[in-house]
Amino acid sequence: MKRFAALIAQLELSNKTNDKIAALVSYFEEGDALDKPYVIAMFTGKRPKRPVSTALVRAWATELSAIPPWLFAESYHSVGDLSETIALILPPPSQLVERPLHQWITDLAQLNGKNDASKKDFILKAWDSLNTQERFIFNKLISGNFRIGVSNKMLVNALARQSHTESSKIMHSIMGRWDPALISYEELVEGTHVNTDSSWPYPFCLAYALDSEPETLGDTSAWQAEWKWDGIRGQIVKRNGELFIWSRGEELVTDQFPELHFLNELLEDGTVLDGEILSVKDGKVQAFSILQQRLNRKTINKSQLNDAPIGFYTYDLLEHLGKDLRQQPLRQRRNLLEQVISNLQDQQTVILSPVIDFDSWELLADLRLGSRDINSEGIMLKKLDSMYHSGRKRGDWWKWKINPYTVDTVMIYAQKGSGRRASFFTDYTFAVRDGDKLITIAKAYSGLTDKEIKEVDSFVKKNAIEKFGPVRTVKPELVFEIAFEGIAESKRHKAGLALRFPRIARWRKDKKADEINTLEDLRQLLEATV
Amino acid sequence: MALITFTSKGIYCKQGDFYIDPWKPVKLAVTTHGHADHVKWGNDAYLCHELTKPVLLHRLGADLKIQTLRYGEEITINGVKLSLHPAGHVIGSAQIRLEYKGEIAVVSGDYKVADDGISTAFEPVKCHTFVSESTFGLPIYKWQPQEVIFQQIRDWATQNQAQQKTSVLVAYSLGKAQRLIHGLSGNEPIYVHQSIANLNDAFVAAGVKLPRTVRITTDIRKEELQQGIVIVPPALADGRWIKNLQQAATGVCSGWMQVRASRRWRSADAGFALSDHADWPGLLSAISATSAEKVFVTHGFTATFSKYLNEIGIPAEEVKTQYGQEEDDAPLTDQVPEYTEEKKEHKE
Repeated sequence: MKRFAALIAQLELSNKTNDKIAALVSYFEEGDALDKPYVIAMFTGKRPKRPVSTALVRAWATELSAIPPWLFAESYHSVGDLSETIALILPPPSQLVERPLHQWITDLAQLNGKNDASKKDFILKAWDSLNTQERFIFNKLISGNFRIGVSNKMLVNALARQSHTESSKIMHSIMGRWDPALISYEELVEGTHVNTDSSWPYPFCLAYALDSEPETLGDTSAWQAEWKWDGIRGQIVKRNGELFIWSRGEELVTDQFPELHFLNELLEDGTVLDGEILSVKDGKVQAFSILQQRLNRKTINKSQLNDAPIGFYTYDLLEHLGKDLRQQPLRQRRNLLEQVISNLQDQQTVILSPVIDFDSWELLADLRLGSRDINSEGIMLKKLDSMYHSGRKRGDWWKWKINPYTVDTVMIYAQKGSGRRASFFTDYTFAVRDGDKLITIAKAYSGLTDKEIKEVDSFVKKNAIEKFGPVRTVKPELVFEIAFEGIAESKRHKAGLALRFPRIARWRKDKKADEINTLEDLRQLLEATV
Repeated sequence: MALITFTSKGIYCKQGDFYIDPWKPVKLAVTTHGHADHVKWGNDAYLCHELTKPVLLHRLGADLKIQTLRYGEEITINGVKLSLHPAGHVIGSAQIRLEYKGEIAVVSGDYKVADDGISTAFEPVKCHTFVSESTFGLPIYKWQPQEVIFQQIRDWATQNQAQQKTSVLVAYSLGKAQRLIHGLSGNEPIYVHQSIANLNDAFVAAGVKLPRTVRITTDIRKEELQQGIVIVPPALADGRWIKNLQQAATGVCSGWMQVRASRRWRSADAGFALSDHADWPGLLSAISATSAEKVFVTHGFTATFSKYLNEIGIPAEEVKTQYGQEEDDAPLTDQVPEYTEEKKEHKE
């Protein structure tokens, strides 16, 4: 645990990617052999089942530190991280014990199924044997949620450097299915497990947002344009008579989409399709808000199947007859993809994502303005001779999104930020007008400059009307333009609708609170989009 | 008639007709210590501890009218008995004890309970009314013994030296700097920025014993600095000066460094949770030792801390003051960082 705690401390102390990679490399040189696969699993978000609920852990910590629950809540709010709050708030340990990380993890896993009393006994004893930094890590092990600013890419680069292996191979290897209890670090790095596992997906090729005029991309004939669909990026893998559907979050989501299971009969072994999982009804792509009803559900009922039927718009072929096509240029992959899809003889569910016909950037720009009419969020530009890269690489694929929707709102609540911005009011709640009332419509942070945040912060401090724990009610005076990607009905929100990806577009210092939008404006938008 | 009231100019004693740590100019400013949020320029006269005098002369100008007292020495102003008692915050920092017709009030300014070996150790004073800070008034703030922190700093400096890096510690010129110089003696040479050196000279002239340090001048080569520890005030921490050192590792010394978010926020290479303010157990033990019937909480986590005091049976009230705007009381930076977490892109 000590060596891992040291790694975490090092990772936290530097903002520089190179320093972080160096810290990771040195950890993978020196770390406990049995610990290392667990560390990779944690950093790539492979979570074991949570053995104890957050509520219990929090209650035990509050009890042990002998403070009232509201004071625990205030402390938590100030720290911004529950694991850390608990680590800091507990009484000091009575004796320190050193145990390897994997031991802690396996012991925690064994708590599953035990009664609360024995869970409590184990956790209290653990807390009493660890210092603050180790307690923090231990609490993170319980939650399984270990976000420490290490991206997959960074981890892969570190592993590649430590093991002198090609990074794409490592990316491939750690993305597949493996169990840190059963695999050695060496096996994992060599990727011995991925060949025997028919489910493995390829790392997705990702696009950067187009940040200049499309004219800068040169001749249009070198480019393929497609609609940018507003759904879930997915890979459909068929090997050895089995079908797997992967989402971009490296999650296996096969069971969520029974409409696509017929592909197991129709696709040949050794086929991998890349595309977008969408809700498609009567040949039309539906809004993301409709697809959302189908996501992350354990069971799907008839009306959901009926209201939000699933379709797959495919735009790439990564493997054909067991052969990896990723090094072939897009135009060839596209040709093969068209063949594969036409062989399916199904044009209802699995659809070839159309290529947009254009011969000038002006024409494409015009077409792009119609994106919303077909529930697309813009255009994808892909170089016809591009390979299918692992991850994000500048130059070959671009997303050219349409501008977001915007609404003018007034700030009515403010709350201090968490984490790095814990001492400034940075999280705001915005309202639109509904008759003579104000009604909450979105919560957002970021999108302001440091200087603006300081200004808003001092406004909040001077104009706070009421305090509700960490939240301040402020005089409705500051007008902000909120950008968002979509709008959906919502029973949970008082306004009856919810904005998707709301963020502050700009601070409208030129506007007064009586010039903001109304709820009716948003209702009209909702009706227009569904 | 209460012995102290909170006015728009500061803490006022009507019976004695003087203010304690006023933020607007008054006739007589009784001063707890020399940090900028507790003492302002422009008062007709000042009353403070004899070791706060050199600080005021240095910071506010040489032509001030200053009367000084030693700890425990008692004077009477308009019938109010006044004496100073060690607050343990920085060299010369004092709690102000007032007594009038058997009623006792103590204004503590800023304080810490643990003895740092250089500021005279905090002395609990029994009183009816106690005015307390609460800069670190949350139970997450519990300091480790300073020797543990000094050892961490020494280890860090040794490690930097091995990597040919200069160890730059960021610390306030008044208080933290002297504490570090004292605590790190044995690790000479210690180089100090001139704002710290000037203050040190003022203390030494007033009879304070400080380990020897080297004032950083343009004659000192960067290679030479690598051999030791450099102490600079926060104003310089993000500046060109450190960047010009090239191979420098910066370590921020502040109670806020207890929390990871603040450490990351400061983007320092290391954070050391060393504070001149009382931690949570310190605040509670100090307050309970006063046996006060009423506590006023002036700055820090005032709402939370006073609520808690009331719950444990100590009547407390938060008051708005202008303390806590400077030095260690405020978070160390005015830079608002961006969220670094990866954006949640669930789709492409």
